[in-house]
Amino acid sequence: MTPTTYPCPLPGGSISDEYALAFDQGRTTRILIVPALLDEANKLRRFTVEVMRRLDGAGYDCFLPDLPGCNESLQDLSLIEPEDWATAMHAAARHFRATRVLAIRGGGLVLPPALPGWHYAPVKGASLLRTLLRARILSAREAGREESAETLIAYGLENGIELAGYRLSGEMLRQLQTLAPVPRPGLSVIDQDAIEGAPLWLRAEPDHDPAQADALAAAISMSLAP
Amino acid sequence: MTLSIEAKLRRVLSDVLGLKPGQADAFDADTGLFGHLPELDSMAVAGLLTELEDRFDIVIDEDEIDGEMLESFGSLLAFVKAKREAA
Repeated sequence: MTPTTYPCPLPGGSISDEYALAFDQGRTTRILIVPALLDEANKLRRFTVEVMRRLDGAGYDCFLPDLPGCNESLQDLSLIEPEDWATAMHAAARHFRATRVLAIRGGGLVLPPALPGWHYAPVKGASLLRTLLRARILSAREAGREESAETLIAYGLENGIELAGYRLSGEMLRQLQTLAPVPRPGLSVIDQDAIEGAPLWLRAEPDHDPAQADALAAAISMSLAP
Repeated sequence: MTLSIEAKLRRVLSDVLGLKPGQADAFDADTGLFGHLPELDSMAVAGLLTELEDRFDIVIDEDEIDGEMLESFGSLLAFVKAKREAA
């Protein structure tokens, strides 16, 4: 596993080098991993990398690029919209010459075009947003302030808003409200039921479960077997 | 076999808290949740509520979420049961 970068197009036309993790031995199958979004990215980071280790062991190259504004990225998240993430993943797919894509959870909402692959545990943008809004409402309530989802959304669409520590633009909110996984030929959905075990994105503290990483890597390896 | 609402709720709480199978069996009506378990912070509760909506096929309005509903296993179970009956 080596840290590397990829040239990521930014809104406004400039290009920045964004961080990526790579298992690259120049093998035939090269899998681009599109990470989970926002808070779920933290909960699933270790799981994602553990799946990559297993895919590497099974003989596949794989690449985990940062979404601009997330993880190690120095870009201002409040200037980013989901479309920019999709553009970034498209650029990463080209840079790493990916032949397949594996999207984790909300990563399936910002897929690069055309690549065949897998979508693990799809989720709608609206569900991710609802959870973030609820977290904010609950912590406001603990602090003795009443906030409502409608008011927060109306304000956020106009001015942007901070939810669970993420500064989201109005455009980010608007797109998250409607983004949903779109079935496409060549992209198989792998549901949590097929993996078994408690979904790691639900866990209050980020956690790991080797059996689940085994199961996802096995499902992918089996579908790649000739 | 269809799990009872109570068994399903124990399952969801186990998933959120990362409990081992069987550990959530010890929850009774008075077991405290939000405000009692330090790992059950607002983000975890928010994820829990979204998951309850998915698994029980219910919709939870924000103004239904209050400290009382999340106070204990018993009160959360009563809330989910009432929601399911109304569904």
